[in-house]
Amino acid sequence: MSSFLQDYTLRMVLGGVLALGIFSGALGSFAVLRRQSLLGDALSHAALPGIVLAFLLSGSRATGVLLLGAAIAGWLGTLAIRAMVRGRLTREDSALGIVLSVFFGLGLVLLTWAQRLPGAGKAGLDKFLFGQAATLVRSDVLLMCAIALPSLLLLVLFWKELKLLTFDAAYARALGLPVERVEALLTLLLVLAIVIGLQTVGVVLMSAMLIAPAAAARQWTDRLSRMVALAALAGALSGAGGVLLSSSAPRWPTGPAIVLCASLLVVASLLFAPHRGILWSWLRFRRNRRRLDEDLVLYHMLQMAQHHAGRLDHPHARRVIQSMTPRADVRPVLHSLEQAGWVRRREGDSWSLTSDGAERALSHRAERERPPS
Amino acid sequence: MQAHLEILAIAAVIAVACALPGTLLVLRRMALLSDAISHSILLGIVLAFFAQGGLDSPLVILGAAASGVLMVVLVEFLVRSRLVREDAAIGLVFPVLFSIAVILVSRHTGSIHLDVDAVLLGELAFAPFDRLEAGGADLGPRGLWIGTGILALNLAFLGLCYKELKLSTFDAGLAAVLGFMPGVLHYGLLSLVSLTCVGAFDAVGSILVVALMIAPPATARLLTERLGLLFALSAALAVAGALLGYGLAVFLDLNIAGSMATVLGLFFALTWLAAPREGWLARRALRRAQTRRLAGDLLVIHLLQHEGSPTERREARVIHMQEHLGWSPEFARGVLADALEEGHVTRMDGLLHLKPEGRQRAEKALVHI
Amino acid sequence: MNTHEIPALQVDDLTVAYRERPVLWDVDLRVPQGVLMAVVGPNGAGKTTLLKSVMGLVKPLAGRIQIHDRPAREQRRITAYVPQRNSVDWDFPTSVLDLVLMGTYGALGWFRRPGEAERERARGALRRVGLEDLEGRQISQLSGGQQQRAFLARALVQEAQIHFMDEPFQGVDATTERTIVELLKELRAAGKTVIVVHHDLQTVADYFDWVTLLNVRLIASGPVAEVFDEERLRLTYGGRLAFAATGGGSVAAQPVFGRLAPDEERKGS
Ligand SMILES: Nc1ncnc2c1ncn2[C@@H]1O[C@H](COP(=O)(O)OP(=O)(O)OP(=O)(O)O)[C@@H](O)[C@H]1O
Ligand SMILES: [Mg+2]
Repeated sequence: MSSFLQDYTLRMVLGGVLALGIFSGALGSFAVLRRQSLLGDALSHAALPGIVLAFLLSGSRATGVLLLGAAIAGWLGTLAIRAMVRGRLTREDSALGIVLSVFFGLGLVLLTWAQRLPGAGKAGLDKFLFGQAATLVRSDVLLMCAIALPSLLLLVLFWKELKLLTFDAAYARALGLPVERVEALLTLLLVLAIVIGLQTVGVVLMSAMLIAPAAAARQWTDRLSRMVALAALAGALSGAGGVLLSSSAPRWPTGPAIVLCASLLVVASLLFAPHRGILWSWLRFRRNRRRLDEDLVLYHMLQMAQHHAGRLDHPHARRVIQSMTPRADVRPVLHSLEQAGWVRRREGDSWSLTSDGAERALSHRAERERPPS
Repeated sequence: MQAHLEILAIAAVIAVACALPGTLLVLRRMALLSDAISHSILLGIVLAFFAQGGLDSPLVILGAAASGVLMVVLVEFLVRSRLVREDAAIGLVFPVLFSIAVILVSRHTGSIHLDVDAVLLGELAFAPFDRLEAGGADLGPRGLWIGTGILALNLAFLGLCYKELKLSTFDAGLAAVLGFMPGVLHYGLLSLVSLTCVGAFDAVGSILVVALMIAPPATARLLTERLGLLFALSAALAVAGALLGYGLAVFLDLNIAGSMATVLGLFFALTWLAAPREGWLARRALRRAQTRRLAGDLLVIHLLQHEGSPTERREARVIHMQEHLGWSPEFARGVLADALEEGHVTRMDGLLHLKPEGRQRAEKALVHI
Repeated sequence: MNTHEIPALQVDDLTVAYRERPVLWDVDLRVPQGVLMAVVGPNGAGKTTLLKSVMGLVKPLAGRIQIHDRPAREQRRITAYVPQRNSVDWDFPTSVLDLVLMGTYGALGWFRRPGEAERERARGALRRVGLEDLEGRQISQLSGGQQQRAFLARALVQEAQIHFMDEPFQGVDATTERTIVELLKELRAAGKTVIVVHHDLQTVADYFDWVTLLNVRLIASGPVAEVFDEERLRLTYGGRLAFAATGGGSVAAQPVFGRLAPDEERKGS
């Protein structure tokens, strides 16, 4: 492990993906809650022409310059989307699709242009397509942190405004909050989160880094603060997991590996998260149905017993009980009723109510037959 | 020259094939599914490649389309679970499928000749070199055949189910009640979108398929309200964009797909700005005229309501218009100038008075309410 | 000067248009302090629009809106707003207490977080609406009536002078309705002004002491006993009302066979 951490490249990559995972997880929570999950996808694609143009204009390949171009293009993308949906006939999904594909196409056009310049090899720019975490150097990681940390600080400072905007923008405005400015801040932070991920996971997969940690975190909590914290943690975990995966096996591209880890977290959360998870809901459903079945069996046993001159402990053959329940096999129900002490097994395969069971059945029947108030 | 013509033919066929189902996607507000599908098909291509050992068999096309449909099914499943919303569900599923595909490709770079760049970006320029041959005879470029086949399928689907698609797009509930099975139509449409993406990605790449599918219908939407015309206009715009984009790319030596997308984007931008009724300029002019006319109505109504009342001296003052109506001085002056010029009001010692024409206008406006 | 001569709300010549046709036309309104006022009118009459204009959520074409003699936008601190319940995403990850705490954000200003004092006030507000046992619940697990009461509690912690509520009785049962009415009357007793969009004409006279009849134009506004009569209601609802005199000068009115929205009427004419 220690030799592992001494590897310079790995240390840099790890630092980079941690900064990215934390930041994009936190910001993605807001995007997902505002139903703008796919805005991230559009904006990351929209960043491409900015990167290339920054290179064409400055002649520099410094990450800072390129990312500045990306941020400006991403910002222009949000303005374009906003202008488009203001009309009556262009819906948000079309606006996102157009910005995504047209900006990206423009980026490709500029890229072919850039490649013709003397001395401008293809390498260096197209790493932004899929991301190449291995190319991260110390200054890149420092830059990522220099963007992520102040942004997170802004997130904390303006926490309650951002929260109110996300939940109830009209009320925020009624309270006198400058909603447009807060919204601009949130969009800016989102663009920045995208920008710092471009070099690591690339244009195409960046949106997953925003959505997956947030979607996973949402399943575990009903509090925004915890959701954002968990999403940041999930982002960091997927980042680290992806880097470990790609460094331990040859030819595992880092970006997709990170996305795969994040998606595994999502699947696990969807399945196993308490209360909301699919497994949990399924168990709850089964428990409820079992309880209904038990009550139904008790009810029928009571009815039948009363036909036998009111002898509540009159035994009934299982076949008879079975015929009165919709369930395919009544045995598990009877066994759990037996464990609860409500029925007793008699000779052969016949069953009778205990006095506790009869009491329960009586009170249930009373409840059933009471007219609704 | 021959090669150029062939490329132009392929581009036009694919443009129409994309624009037709794209129109339905735009109307159904599912535009971004095209992006998700076009990324997801990579997984199908890779898997079918492993199964077949080549990229040439029809199985690859079907496998690829199937993985697009798989994406749709998974999204539907997530949405049904009510644990994530639709936008997030789309954004969760397609990156996974795409990532798996990319990982598979790079793990087996030795055995698979599949350039992920090419999948994303497409290479129309090479299309004429990939030819379909039967019994030694050259039947033309394979891309043209595939594109034409898919176009025919799309046309057939649209032609057969036009009224059903129209209804289920407009009102899925009613369509279900009438027994048109909107769910089946939905999957039918998305299967065709997948197939179209597969056919088109070779030529223009998976991201620019999105441009071909979304931009022309969104543009046409600003130009017509009629469904039939919308399809025709979308197809025409797509073809024009593809051909113009190709010409530009050849002339300036640029990436073909990128240049097509840029041209389509320009089409949209121009239409958005200058469409006769729904364009930004037209809407702004209309809004201004309306505001001015409404303000004129408001002025005469205001005067009418206070005419002869004790508050008239206060309410009919010129300065009052700025104070109470909250109008900027220039705006108030403009409205007043209009009203004076049209002979609806007169001004006397700082007070405004209605003329008979003005009273008529106010009464008419009030009846209109 | 007697503060009660300053109107709580004064609207002059308010005209609002979303599209070409105005939905509010030259509305003048003067509401004194300390009244409990119903805003009544058919669907699409512009009631919500009136509230939204006051709250600065829509931009009027013309007009001036003043609260306590100053422009409404400078009086956000003393204005509370209860929007229609369906205006937010109830799946949002937040608790009932948290929702109520949002009412304190305006007074807190930038950067400050709600502390124990605010929390205590929020709990007090929850007690007043009878939700004290649910403060830790996720908001999606509230019933419709409870959601409405949570919104009310959020307005209460603002400790405003004037409250605007958009259909607070929509979809709540009789018990909740009574709780809310009691609360509104308490607010009035404490000298606050409460302005409520209301749909049930039969309860107007019971619940409110002031009423505004609105249908695109202002039909009437004043004490219930003076302006809430058959003729004005007919004007407001376009004659499709059945009346039953209940004595005491007020009337109970019941709109019959689904009233048309004013724009449908206009199309018909
Ligand atoms: N955002 C909007 N864009 C365009 N028109 C709108 C908008 N909001 C409201 N309208 C129109 O303005 C008119 C008044 O609407 P408003 O919501 O104020 O009515 P309301 O009196 O509150 O009705 P309801 O009783 O149904 O709540 C309606 O005709 C409505 O169609
Ligand atoms: Mg309303």
